[in-house]
Parts: sequence; C-alpha cells; structure tokens
Amino acid sequence: MKVFNFHLMPYRHADLEAIDKNGSAWVTYSNRDYDPQKGAELYHEYLDQMELADKLGFDGVCLNEHHQTAYGMMPTPGPLAGALTRSVKRAKIAILGRALPLVNNPLVIAEEYAMLDNLSRGRFIAGFVRGIGAEYHAMGINPGLSQERFAEAHDLIIRAWTEPGPFQYVGKHYHFNYVNPWPRPYQAPHPPIWIPSQGSSSTIKWAAQMRYTYAQTLSPIAVVARMFQMYRDEAEKLGYEASPDQLAWSNTIYVAETDEKAMREARPHLEALTNRFLKMPTEMLLPPGYSNIESVKRIRAAKITGKPQTLDDLVRNGVVIVGSPNTVREKLAEYQDLAGFNTSLTKTQFGTLPDDMTRANMTAIAEEILPHFRNRLPQGKSQAAAE
Amino acid sequence: MTEPVTTQISVRGCHINLMRGGAGRPLLYLHSGGGAGWLPFMADLATRHDVLVPEHPGFGASDTPDWLDNIADLARFYLDLMDQLDLQNVDLVGDSLGGWIAAELAARNTRRLSSLTLIGSAGIHVPGVPQVDTFLVNDEQLIRSLFDSPKLIDAMLAEAKRPELEDTILKNRTTTAKLVWQPRGYDPHLAKWLHRIDVPTHLIWGANDRIYPKDYALAFQRLIPGSTVTIIPDSGHVPQVEQRQAFVTALEGFLQGKRAAA
Repeated sequence: MKVFNFHLMPYRHADLEAIDKNGSAWVTYSNRDYDPQKGAELYHEYLDQMELADKLGFDGVCLNEHHQTAYGMMPTPGPLAGALTRSVKRAKIAILGRALPLVNNPLVIAEEYAMLDNLSRGRFIAGFVRGIGAEYHAMGINPGLSQERFAEAHDLIIRAWTEPGPFQYVGKHYHFNYVNPWPRPYQAPHPPIWIPSQGSSSTIKWAAQMRYTYAQTLSPIAVVARMFQMYRDEAEKLGYEASPDQLAWSNTIYVAETDEKAMREARPHLEALTNRFLKMPTEMLLPPGYSNIESVKRIRAAKITGKPQTLDDLVRNGVVIVGSPNTVREKLAEYQDLAGFNTSLTKTQFGTLPDDMTRANMTAIAEEILPHFRNRLPQGKSQAAAE
Repeated sequence: MTEPVTTQISVRGCHINLMRGGAGRPLLYLHSGGGAGWLPFMADLATRHDVLVPEHPGFGASDTPDWLDNIADLARFYLDLMDQLDLQNVDLVGDSLGGWIAAELAARNTRRLSSLTLIGSAGIHVPGVPQVDTFLVNDEQLIRSLFDSPKLIDAMLAEAKRPELEDTILKNRTTTAKLVWQPRGYDPHLAKWLHRIDVPTHLIWGANDRIYPKDYALAFQRLIPGSTVTIIPDSGHVPQVEQRQAFVTALEGFLQGKRAAA
C-alpha cells in the first residue's frame, strides 16, 4: 500500500463558537476571523509538515482546493504545490483536486498542472473535481452547469496536454482560437489523473471508463468498499480488471501509545473537523442542479448534514482509524482487504490538531505503520471479487 | 369560481402545460420560479379576460428542452407561443422570474402586446438594495421571506409540508437556479434596452417585498418610458396572493384606464 500525507490546511485557530453560531465555516463565516499573522505561520507549519512527510517515507503529499472557508486555506493550491516541488525531494505531489467548473478558463489549470509536472520532474498527480456545493455559492458559478462544465473542461485539458498546438477549441462553455500551452506536461502522455468523489455512481462509472484512479472521501468503510466494488464491476463490464492501484481511500489516522490515549488526544480535534469545519446547511451543500434530483431526494431524506458525530461514531463506522500502533495496523489491514484499495490518502493533521501532536502522529505512523504496509496488497474477498 | 381548462400544447416540439380560463381579450400570465398554479386572483381576472397560464419549459409537467439555458430563451419561446396561438392585443403579466421573461420579451417585440404588467420582477440590478438570497435559506425561511402577514406565513408553512409535491418543487428550483444563478436574478444587458418597450406598462409591487424590494419598481419605472407604479401596502413579494383584492383592483384599473386612453 502507498500512504500519502493529505493536508486540508485548516485555519485551526478559527473561533469554533463563532462557526457554530454562524451555522457553518463556509461562505458566510466572516473572514474578519482570519488573522494574517497566524495564517502565515500556519502555511509554513503545514508546508513543514509536508516536508517532514517526505523525509519520513510517506509515498506522497496531497493538497486540495476549497474556497471561502476556514475548513481549508487553499483556494488555489498551485503556489503551495510549487513550493513543495523544491523542498519535497522524493515523494509524489498530488492536488486532489482543482475544481474545474469553478474557473472560466480551464486552460489555466492545464498550464498550472503542466508547470507543476515539469517542476517536480514528473512526480505530479493531477486531481480533477467539481468542487462542493458551497463553492457554487462562493464562486458565483451556476450549479446547474457544473456537470457539463466539468466534462468540457476535462476534455479541453486532456486535448491541450496531448494534441500538438495550436489548435482551435469550440465547446458550449469554452471557446479558443489557439490552444497551445507552454509548457507541455513532463510525464507522457500527461500526469496520472485521480478523481476524488463522495461516491456518485456516474463519477465512478466515468472514472472506471477512463481508468483514472478513484478516491473515495469522508465515508464509512462499508460505503468505501461498496463504491470500490462498483468501480471494479464497471471495469469488468468494460472488459478489464481494475487494479487496487486505481482505488484510493481518503481517511484520517491518529496513532498514540494506547487506544485510550489516542482516542483522548484525537477527540476534540477530529470532532472539530467533523462538527464544525465540515458542517453546513443542506441548501449550502446542495445548490439546485449540483446533483440530480434523485440524489438530492436521497440526501434530504437521510438528513445527513445535521447530525453531530462523535469520535466513537467515526471510529466505529471506519471513517477514521484511531488507536495504538497495533490497533491501527489491524484496522488498516482489515479495511484494505475489505475494500481492496492500494493507496491510503491519510490526514495526519485534522481540525484543530496542533503542530507538535501532528508531527508525533506522523512519526508514529512512519515508524509503526508504514513498514508493515509497504509491500502489502489487498487480500481475500475484494481480491477474489476482482478476479 | 372560474375553473381553467388544462391542456398540453407543443410549441416547436416542446410540450408544455397550459391552463386557460375565462373569456375576453387574452391575458398571458408568466409565473414565478415557484411554479404554475391556478390561483384565486386568476379566477377573478378570468371574469373579464381570457386568462392563459402556461407552465414554463423546465417547470412542473412541462418538458425541459435542451435549448433552455437562460431567460432570453424563454422570452423567445413565448414569442413563438403567441405566434402559434395567434394571440392579439395581449395583456402580458409577469411575476418575479416571469416578470423578467415578460420584460425581456417586451424589450424584443411588442407586436402582439397591448400592455405589460410586472409584479415584484427580477431582471435588473439596483445597487445597494439588500435582498434575501433565496438559495441560501431553508424552506421555512424562504416562506418567511416571501410573505408579510404572519397569518399567511403560518398557512403557507402548513401547506408546504406536502411530500407529493417534492418532485415538482425540486424540478422548479433546479430550473430556476439554472436561469437566475449568475448574475443573480438579472441580465446586465436588459436595462440598456427597456426603453424600447412601447406599450403601457404597470409595475405592481408589495410594499414590503424582501426578494425584489420596491426600489426595483422605481428603477423599472425610470427605465420603461411612461410606466406607472402601484405599491400594495401590507404585502411582501407576492401581492396577488397576499392582497388579492387590492392587486386585482390595481391591475383592472390599469387595464381599463389604458383602454380609455387608447
């Protein structure tokens, strides 16, 4: 298994009471609460953590993109990835991902990603997402056009990377007389493409069809297993066998000497992530048109956005793994075998977790967990299902 | 009460629902983003007019055609519809999103129009006027934002709990968002051409409209030559429902006055 250090770069000094009072850390939580002195320190603290991940032997470091929120300070992840191409010497550098429909000119993403691929001499992984519903409020992009803009932007970027320019591009949303980006990507034909999603069946089907790595975010392990099985089934229908390398599970891991100590230490910080930084009302999460009406009805019926979750819920449902080295090894192996993935995208910092605890967690994972998984592939059920 | 006849008509391959009731000169009513329905004020109007209430493409039981991208598409669709039904001397009335369609239509072509009435209409932007973001409120907050009277709000809240309407509500909301999301509720190019509207125009607004506050009525009045304004007291965004009598009186008064002048 490959283990990547996935950072959300939260503004961990956010006023949790103020977020609670506002109802969300997104869109309407005033940036008056952002202190640039503290924010600048955080950027460097987090970049240092990414560099530590490289030194400790993590296989990669991951950034992502979110707008107008204390949940993550990466409205544009490019500058951070650019900095890391110089200081992260060995690990892969992934942006999971940039939200294609949120830009009016997707060629800037083709250019930015190609630069990062050159700067990292081919260590870059290109993630494409639609952005979450809140971002359609924040960025003034029509949620009803999200799916078609994503599809068109994706096609444009791939063509920009693979067809010699200049050529003309005429779509519904994007029109260019000259598509001819300099630089071209370092990797041939282009950087690996990864598709993170919360489990939309159409996205899974499409990712399987394109043979892109699919990353399941923020879900109980049983759901993760179901989504990965859907990917393998789709691959089979298309006449190929999906490799575990095409499946990545996005999780959170916290390791301490004992289960009890790990739970005690992680609790306030993980609960802050889940119940404060992530919380938002349904109308913010699901602007009309962002998802099809059937999914909206399912989500409204389940009222998934309201319930506060305790750390115990998150651990029991296998959304996160928290415990002693032995517990974490057992769970991670169990989940790998259950769901059949070969990449773990692991948040080692989460919510309000301070720097010293994050670095201790990263070191513990590097020493106690990584060596046991370096050459480990999924075994048992999920493998049998794939065969 | 005059009941409408509901039929399905096809305009250039797009099937829509059309409610039609009463007799007289045609009054074409373009509904808001909330959707179509035959409401008591329509029955009032149907005693003097041939009232046509089409359900817009993309709403309720009507088709969602591939060509539907923006309000101008609907304006041109209704020009087609008036041609197809050969409607003459139409009194065009538009409510909120429907008002935007009506204004867009009239700025393009008034050949079949006798008059234009806008109610709490979208379509232009007035700087510095606070508006409720109808996409960032929940169902209850939306109803509280739309209406003025606490009694009516309670009744509407009770009526809103109808799961059998969920599909229609979600469809209407999805289409509305697609049409108005960005720029939010207006077309920056419409205000430039509203001076072309050359039929008598009446702007009817709720005094306490929080979605398109009455400053919008005054802005439309400045942009549409010769237009008049009626502000209905004790009403929010939907005066035709909230102050039905006052609304019908204002609309009929305008339509009769216009005829007397002609």
